[in-house]
Amino acid sequence: MSVISELVERYNYFITIFLMVAGLYVVIAHGNMIKKLVGLSLFQTSVYLLYIAPGKIIGGTPPIIDPAYKVYSNPLPHVLILTAIVVGVATLALGLALVVRIHEAYGTIEEDEIFSQDGEI
Amino acid sequence: MSSIEAHLPILQVLVPLVGALITAFFRSGTRSWAVALVTCWLSFGIAAWLLVKVTHGGGPISYVMGPWVVPQGIEYRVDALNAFVLVLVTAVGAMVMPYALKSVAQEVDPHRQAWFYTMYLLCLSGLLGMTVTGDAFNVFVFMEISSLATYVLIALGRHRRGLLASYQYLIVGTIGATMYVIGVAFLYIVTGSLNLADIASRLGPASAEFSRPVLAALAFLTVGVCLKLALFPLHVWLPNAYAYAPSVATSFLAGTATKVAVYLLMRIFFSVYGVSFTFDSLPVADVLLVLSVAAMFLASFSAIFESHAKRMLAHSSVAQIGYITLGISLANQAGLTSSIVHLFNHAITKAVLFLAMGAVFYRIRSLRIDDFAGLGRTMPWTMAVFVVGGLSIIGVPGTAGFISKWYLAIGALEKGYWPLLFLIVLSSLIAVVYIGKVVEAAYFRDVTERTAAAREPPASMLVPMLVLAAATIYFGLDTRATVDVSAAAANLLLGGSR
Repeated sequence: MSVISELVERYNYFITIFLMVAGLYVVIAHGNMIKKLVGLSLFQTSVYLLYIAPGKIIGGTPPIIDPAYKVYSNPLPHVLILTAIVVGVATLALGLALVVRIHEAYGTIEEDEIFSQDGEI
Repeated sequence: MSSIEAHLPILQVLVPLVGALITAFFRSGTRSWAVALVTCWLSFGIAAWLLVKVTHGGGPISYVMGPWVVPQGIEYRVDALNAFVLVLVTAVGAMVMPYALKSVAQEVDPHRQAWFYTMYLLCLSGLLGMTVTGDAFNVFVFMEISSLATYVLIALGRHRRGLLASYQYLIVGTIGATMYVIGVAFLYIVTGSLNLADIASRLGPASAEFSRPVLAALAFLTVGVCLKLALFPLHVWLPNAYAYAPSVATSFLAGTATKVAVYLLMRIFFSVYGVSFTFDSLPVADVLLVLSVAAMFLASFSAIFESHAKRMLAHSSVAQIGYITLGISLANQAGLTSSIVHLFNHAITKAVLFLAMGAVFYRIRSLRIDDFAGLGRTMPWTMAVFVVGGLSIIGVPGTAGFISKWYLAIGALEKGYWPLLFLIVLSSLIAVVYIGKVVEAAYFRDVTERTAAAREPPASMLVPMLVLAAATIYFGLDTRATVDVSAAAANLLLGGSR
């Protein structure tokens, strides 16, 4: 019973961990370079959730000081993650650009086929 | 003058960042290079000024952005340790720059040369930012700035494998940075702070009773940063990345990128978690020690069986990182001094070796060791520079590499780990073999058709190499500058903020 209630109370963490592990698995298990990047993005996205979820307090309002409100949510995680999203977009864009160049150079984006052309590097 | 002096910590990051912006507007590689040259030397000046200020002007400098007070605002904090790392990074950056003009002109496509310098400066700016900042999340942002620039630098090489190496590094590097940021998330959830010093004080005195998220944070931070610094089993991205990047990029990255990651690891272990927690209550030291020794041997063996000169040196870099982390794992004054001084000594040594390889490639267009036959006669100065660098990698007395190994040995003895002494010497002997392979080809084989036409590289390439080679010898004989600062930094870490 306690396990279930723990699961329900902290479901955000379990979603985070699932996304994290699934993303990492895709990166490791797939030989297709685009799929790897998708996995990488998933892995990075899980971190956004890890930051944002604890910043929200149920019933909390934005931190605008007013006598009517007593409980405030922390805005800082959102700001941090805004930065992290930009970093994630830049990484994905650069990764995709590299895959385009690799496709031009090798004619494929499957890792095993590339290794068979140039030898394992 | 004094108004500039107050803003040195932020200028350290801003100068290369603005330089990168300016170079982005140029189409011509030469103009871009001129801006980059000025910028790099300006940064070096700033770093040297900061180091003098910190070591002779009394204590750490704290610089706060805007009206936000510490710990809410982002703090830039300069003490003996990171001032030393700043000097190291900018010194390599500045010394490589004069060399870059001719080498980049040959190795990078003409329409991409201006971008090369933009990426170089962005990378420099990111590395300096990682070093100078006292804010955990800020470290992540700068880490990604430098990493993204690094991926592009590697991909700018003409060989198509450079693209593949860059892609592989992108995947591994991003996983590393994300692991780091997960670790920071745990610390932030527990302490509510992102300032490294503030996190340390909020965690309270070190104890084995730390909550599970704090322990998980240490694990994530360590693995993330170790991916970046290429600790032994996490090093697979490094040899290809170094081998297929343009020579200038390799020299710069080999000298600086992994060093900054090592600095970050020291900060986490010693300044945030504290030496008593990291090393007494957890088996971090044992794990690090085993991995370091494995790196020293296995990476050196890989270097022996490598026929591509730059890949060989890249494997050797992994082995040398092993010496640095070994010093950290000893966690005593001498061991840590050796780690910090080796950051510097290895940076200039590896930079000089890769620059020599760049000069060889400039003339003979090959990096296969078998093609080096007779180079000792046709490019005597370049090969002499290589030999000096090689001796320093081996750790021959009179070179910078010896100093680091000397203190490492003292650290091992103080700890009572005398077998380590033999391992250090034994692994140095392996270095004799792989450096010897190049020396054998260059000096003891007859000149071939390929090498007969080779001449010394232009003066703009030769002079920086000679200066760095001279520095390698100088810092092996006169250790006052390097060892004193390193010892002060080690003292700071061990005395620590807690």
